[in-house]
Amino acid sequence: MALLQISEPGLSAAPHQHRLAVGIDLGTTNSLVATVRNGISVVLNDDEGCALLPSVVRYLADGSMQIGMDAQAVQSEDPQNTIVSVKRFMGRGLKDVGDVVDLPYRFVDTPGMLQLRTAGGVKSPVEVSAEILKVLRDRAERSLGGELVGAVITVPAYFDDAQRQATKDSAKLAGINVLRLLNEPTAAAIAYGLDNASEGVYAVYDLGGGTFDISILRLSKGVFEVLATNGDSALGGDDFDQRIYCWMLEQAGLSQLGINDIRLLLTHARTAKEQLTDNLQAQITAVLSSGELVDVTLTRDAFYDMTKNLLARTMQPTRKALRDAGLAVDEVQGVVMVGGSTRMPQVQRAVAEYFKQTPLTNLNPDKVVALGAAIQANVLAGNRSADDWLLLDVIPLSLGIETMGGLTEKIIPRNSTIPTARAQEFTTYKDGQTAMSIHVMQGERELVSDCRSLAQFALRGIPPMVAGAARIRVTFQVDADGLLSVSAREMTTGHESSIAVKPSYGLSDDEITRMLQESNQHARDDMQARALREQQVEARQLLDAVENALEEDGDLIDASGIETIRASMDALKAVLEGGDQTPIKRAVEALNQATLPFAQARMDKSVSSALKGHKMSDLEN
Amino acid sequence: MSSPAVDLQQDFFTVFNLPRSFQLDSAVLDQRYRELQSQVHPDKFSHLSDAEKRLSMQWATRVNEGYQTIRDPLKRGRYLLSLHGVDTQEENNTAMPMDFLMQQMEWREGLQDAIAAKDIDALDALADTARNETRALQQQLAEQLDTTHEFVNAAGTVRKLRFLEKLAEEIADAYDELDS
Repeated sequence: MALLQISEPGLSAAPHQHRLAVGIDLGTTNSLVATVRNGISVVLNDDEGCALLPSVVRYLADGSMQIGMDAQAVQSEDPQNTIVSVKRFMGRGLKDVGDVVDLPYRFVDTPGMLQLRTAGGVKSPVEVSAEILKVLRDRAERSLGGELVGAVITVPAYFDDAQRQATKDSAKLAGINVLRLLNEPTAAAIAYGLDNASEGVYAVYDLGGGTFDISILRLSKGVFEVLATNGDSALGGDDFDQRIYCWMLEQAGLSQLGINDIRLLLTHARTAKEQLTDNLQAQITAVLSSGELVDVTLTRDAFYDMTKNLLARTMQPTRKALRDAGLAVDEVQGVVMVGGSTRMPQVQRAVAEYFKQTPLTNLNPDKVVALGAAIQANVLAGNRSADDWLLLDVIPLSLGIETMGGLTEKIIPRNSTIPTARAQEFTTYKDGQTAMSIHVMQGERELVSDCRSLAQFALRGIPPMVAGAARIRVTFQVDADGLLSVSAREMTTGHESSIAVKPSYGLSDDEITRMLQESNQHARDDMQARALREQQVEARQLLDAVENALEEDGDLIDASGIETIRASMDALKAVLEGGDQTPIKRAVEALNQATLPFAQARMDKSVSSALKGHKMSDLEN
Repeated sequence: MSSPAVDLQQDFFTVFNLPRSFQLDSAVLDQRYRELQSQVHPDKFSHLSDAEKRLSMQWATRVNEGYQTIRDPLKRGRYLLSLHGVDTQEENNTAMPMDFLMQQMEWREGLQDAIAAKDIDALDALADTARNETRALQQQLAEQLDTTHEFVNAAGTVRKLRFLEKLAEEIADAYDELDS
């Protein structure tokens, strides 16, 4: 029988200590951070009492930055160096971003993801987003009085792999441990569903500043099951501003404006859009840099008319998502509205007309995503919530590979529940062929040129055989963040040539390290201190987890098994308070290794208990 | 020590503790799927050790794969046949009865006509027909798999169902096309 030790005081964190975790909504227009405090999800404000941090970063020539309100206030004065709506560029190449002529930035056409030339140097969208995340991280740590265990960061459900990877890289750059990437409509559903204890099928219509998502979910007995999702990752409130801006040019007979004037008029367009939510008309008055006066009146009807086809572009994915879910409109029990752009009356009307019901708007559409993300973060950090619930999400776009003739073959279809894996076998087509090229694609279209290229890699070291004799098994694994890894293996000879692939759009660890150093050269010591603290937090968490596991399930392994684990725990505790990160990292890895058989035994027990539950439910049936 | 009975190599029916048959109570399957995911999903392990996280991802992936395989009648039939060692030869066996092929051609022509005429009603009618035919074939497959154990004939029925699945996919694409 197993003997359990009581850990020495001070060496391991208290087992039931509340772990600090937050949900972050990294939005196109605004970003927010929320946390669960005393069982209730709350948005954290800045020192001035503002919840919304404008997602705007201004780079100055002396290397300093302005972020949020300060940057937003000067955007028309310094448009080239003030980056707004950077989310639109995440994981995107220059050719993916439409209308670049209207944007005031100096783009650098780098392979994979575009970059921006600013007074503070060339910046990747990943770096710009990281600056926003850092402000939110600092706000949270100050407000909560400690270092974060981690954060759930939300992404549009329709974000592809490259955009998700870019978001995760940003968090890494900002020194945030990502507990999970969570789809925005799903986050909103958590906030709504847990609030109202709802059951049934819900649609979440999420129109943000730059992205549109529609998700269909089934809520039952604490399970949030996403049935289908669709959207447009380049459609949002910005496009409505753009329509007003174009209309203004027409009305005032303007053309060839300078970048400052473009930014100025866009700001006015946005204000007019917001005014039309409560008023039947909006007066737009602006003085251009030439001294010319723009003075026009926009009526609500005219605004509706010029944005009709933008609305149509949201209804088409909506119908498609419902068809993918195999449901009719009248089977949808409620429609949740998310995103500031759903405040526009024409959006509410169009959604109400299609679903034949008044959409739910009782939670603030700007905050609901962050609130839901905080609830998820609290659970993932290991702070047990009273009601146990489960989230089953899907990938939005099919994953496949290029086959002969520039066609794609789908390997994982869209709307597959994650995590998921699928393997496919391929063979050589030439005698003695020893290498094979694999091109990974994401998208629904048949032609490779119409899909997004995620990665291209060569599998080498295939033993020479006659054509068609080799069996190469390519496995796609999508994790719970919706991120893909691909591995390939030759099956016939036992020769295992396996390779894990990071999509070409993602940043390598080296690149992230370089960015970290560049962004923070004068604060290198701070960085190292932070890295050490993060490593210590992780180590304490692991010690905690193992201690709890031993307490719960110590009887699953024999005394020598426990001894091995205890020895590794002691080894970790011995180096934990030292000032060096590397030995802690090694000891953490060793402890992870030592707990493998124990973890296996615990998983077996969990699954068995679920199966026992089945038998009980059999009796009830 | 724990029993080694639970492992990732088990067949999906064992994973869900369901009888190995084509006939299935989908409500029971749904319930067991949720119970299992509640135990193994990565969200339940994110604060635990890397070893436990890895295992959780493998298990959750396996449970999702099993659910998708067993829930869908065509995949379930194909999977049951593979457990009986019968290959459905959907890629290379094209010997279909002539009347079935004629019927398929007729439906596909109807589909093309409906798309050309942008006729949603005709599309609805065709979708209905395809659903009814699919149901009839599933009934037949249930009998061949569960009652008479005619596995070779069952493989033929699976191949027919694959034709109908393709037709249903094309009908869905047609709806998308008429929508845009």
